Amino acid sequence: MSNSTIVSLPDQSTARIPQRNYLNQENGLLSWLLTSDHKRIAILYLISITFFFFIGGALAGLIRLELLTPQSDLMAADTYNKVFTMHGIIMIFLFLVPSVPATLGNFFLPMMIGAKDLALPRINLFSWYLYMAGGILALYAMITGGVDTGWTFTTPLSTHYVNTNVITTGMAIFVAGFSSIFTGLNFIVTIHKMRAPGMTWFRLPLFVWANYAASILMVLGTPVLAIAIVLVALERIAGIGVFDPAKGGDPLLFQHLFWFYSHPAVYIMILPGMGVISEVISTFSRKRVFGYTAVAFSSVAIAVFGFFVWAHHMFIMGISNYTVLVFSLLTMLVAVPSAIKIFNWTFTLYKGSITFETPMLYAFGFIGLFTIGGMTGVFLGTAGTDIHLTETYFIVAHFHFVMVGGMLMAFLSGIHFWWPKITGRMYPEKLSQLAAVITFVGFNFTFFPQFILGTLGMPRRYASYPPEFQILNVFSTAGATILGVGYLLPVLYLTWSLKYGAIAGNNPWQATGLEWQTQSPPLTENFTVMPVMDHEAYDYEWLERQNQAGKNLGNQILASQDQAQQSQALGKEKEVPRAG
Amino acid sequence: MPDSPATTPGAQRAANAADPANSANAAAPADSARAEHPPYLLHHFENASQQADAAGFAMWLFLLTEVMFFSGLFTAYLIYRNWYYTAFVAGSHQLSVVLGATNTVVLILSSFTMAMAVWCSKTGRRRELTLCLTLTFLLGLGFLGIKSVEYREKFENHHVPGRHFSLQSFLYPQSDPKIFAEYHDRPLPLDEARHTEVYFSLYFLMTGMHAAHMVIGLGILGFMILRARAGAYTAGHATFVENFGLYWHFIDIVWIYLFALLYLISRH
Repeated sequence: MSNSTIVSLPDQSTARIPQRNYLNQENGLLSWLLTSDHKRIAILYLISITFFFFIGGALAGLIRLELLTPQSDLMAADTYNKVFTMHGIIMIFLFLVPSVPATLGNFFLPMMIGAKDLALPRINLFSWYLYMAGGILALYAMITGGVDTGWTFTTPLSTHYVNTNVITTGMAIFVAGFSSIFTGLNFIVTIHKMRAPGMTWFRLPLFVWANYAASILMVLGTPVLAIAIVLVALERIAGIGVFDPAKGGDPLLFQHLFWFYSHPAVYIMILPGMGVISEVISTFSRKRVFGYTAVAFSSVAIAVFGFFVWAHHMFIMGISNYTVLVFSLLTMLVAVPSAIKIFNWTFTLYKGSITFETPMLYAFGFIGLFTIGGMTGVFLGTAGTDIHLTETYFIVAHFHFVMVGGMLMAFLSGIHFWWPKITGRMYPEKLSQLAAVITFVGFNFTFFPQFILGTLGMPRRYASYPPEFQILNVFSTAGATILGVGYLLPVLYLTWSLKYGAIAGNNPWQATGLEWQTQSPPLTENFTVMPVMDHEAYDYEWLERQNQAGKNLGNQILASQDQAQQSQALGKEKEVPRAG
Repeated sequence: MPDSPATTPGAQRAANAADPANSANAAAPADSARAEHPPYLLHHFENASQQADAAGFAMWLFLLTEVMFFSGLFTAYLIYRNWYYTAFVAGSHQLSVVLGATNTVVLILSSFTMAMAVWCSKTGRRRELTLCLTLTFLLGLGFLGIKSVEYREKFENHHVPGRHFSLQSFLYPQSDPKIFAEYHDRPLPLDEARHTEVYFSLYFLMTGMHAAHMVIGLGILGFMILRARAGAYTAGHATFVENFGLYWHFIDIVWIYLFALLYLISRH
């Protein structure tokens, strides 16, 4: 990528990782398990969500293997139900919801606003423990028999007709939910109260705005899911009548409560990813994000509209025609702020100096796939088409385009983008570009055929299907194996890069965020001198002036450390002759 | 529309950073933090007021999640009360308004002693603080005591939803002469009487969730009383007492709604 790249690595023969950084400040397992440093907690989260991602991924592999043939031959239909249920629960509650906020958000949100830490560091650690408790409970439920209600726990199936681990899984989601509440709460308080001097609301990086919007959803939505789960559990344990038609209760009430969280949850998952894309697109096209204010407000608009569209999951569940009409209309409205983002990213690219580093490749993947995912969402928001397409593979393809094609691409984009800052080392560029392309190809192979399967009428959630659907399913399964390779590669080369990657320096991408103006990996306290935000966000001219004046804070820190070391060494040399 | 930097939370810090003496200290933040900061100030805050602001704001947000948590139950109540009004009236007649009202008074009193505790903490009155917290604790305990008397009665009369739920009081109101003398309820037809189980489900869910919050609150109060005696909240750092006060008042407000919604349905 010789001259088409902006990477500015330090001279590798003299470069070194800073002597003092958050990774080596303290050592030992306990120093990690009891840390209150937002960066270390982010690493804890990163390791744990990667673990759960691969469990969820393995389950997805089992699903695709089963669907290779029309008969249910790899596993019994009951087992298949459990496998896709656990795939959904693990991927949604233990991977997608915490993915970007709890890792990249945790790590970079305080740095981006010039703070030393999140406002509530101990609550932050507590939220990780809650997450782990939820994760372990979910695994326990899976190992001791699993659950087969689908991730939606639809009543009366979940309350009356299944004998699987509904309550244990429900507890897992309840506990993991509070982890997400505390993360969101922490972010909101931090953004309100911890901004550096000069860091006004409209100088915040768009990643911060996106996480702010997602945090609002976490704080307001998750408790409603919690109470819905408590009600299901009590219905099973004590036989209360809230969802039981025999006693006058209404199973639809459960769905209203469940989707009141679980639709906004979709935006909890995608909004932080959109924040990543804003950062990446701006950095690799060397331009301020087009229509900064519109992008910032579109995040908030998605959060607000997101609370008023939940019933579009229930068009065929027997809600009134007027409700359908209203929710159909409101659903279309969410497309507006989403489209604003897509248009503004595209306009950012226009006349920008675009380079194609790995994060940018993933970001392009995101834009394309999210657009398809979003547009098919409009088809499904239209009540007429929804009645035809719902409960088919069209739905499966739609939300995988948004969640996997959108969110996972954004997550990988962000991981690659900030990897030099997190670890101080570069990942291998060529290999990672290959992985990005493999992921994109594999993804389309896996999920595009499912759109066609859906329109042909193949229902979701069945282990067997009519033989005429086989060819498209074979395509899909073949794509899934390619996709699997695309996900395994980053794990391998990112781990490799921890030791062998090139030293990244403070700001390899020449990005403008405050997090890039300090050393990599950062100090425990992030900045030695309180940063003052005296320019707008994404101001590349400011960065240019800063570089010319040699004012990168990270360089200053390194220089002062060098000086201290030299003077120490000199002092020793002087002492020796004196002693002689 | 960029605000002036002075309006951002870090404005105070800007002043610090501009001061040459402080920026010299900044090179060794750990040392200067110990030297300048009071012991309760966490390392990542610039000053005590920023810390107190952040903690207070976080508590209000937490209470917002609590509102959403209860809102699921209130929604269920709203819907079923509209659908099954007669059953809800009949159900509510089984509750003792006297006990409910007493409990309301007890909780409001405890909110008063809690507010006094916050004032004592702010004005550095250690002994009075301990007294107020202990009174709050005792009143909270009293509330739960009265509540358990009410629960016990529901168990005895088979008004707990589930396998042992009995419709007798609603099909044959005269079977309980005391309540019948007060309300003269007409017998409900069977399919309406069945819906009283939904009422009692909601009654136990809402008051149960409320009681669970009380129990958690009492646990924290016990811990606070011990620390208050050691003088932890009277050394210029009232944030914890203040924020717990917010939680306690929140529980109080929830109860006031529950009392009106569950006990006083037919009294308007």
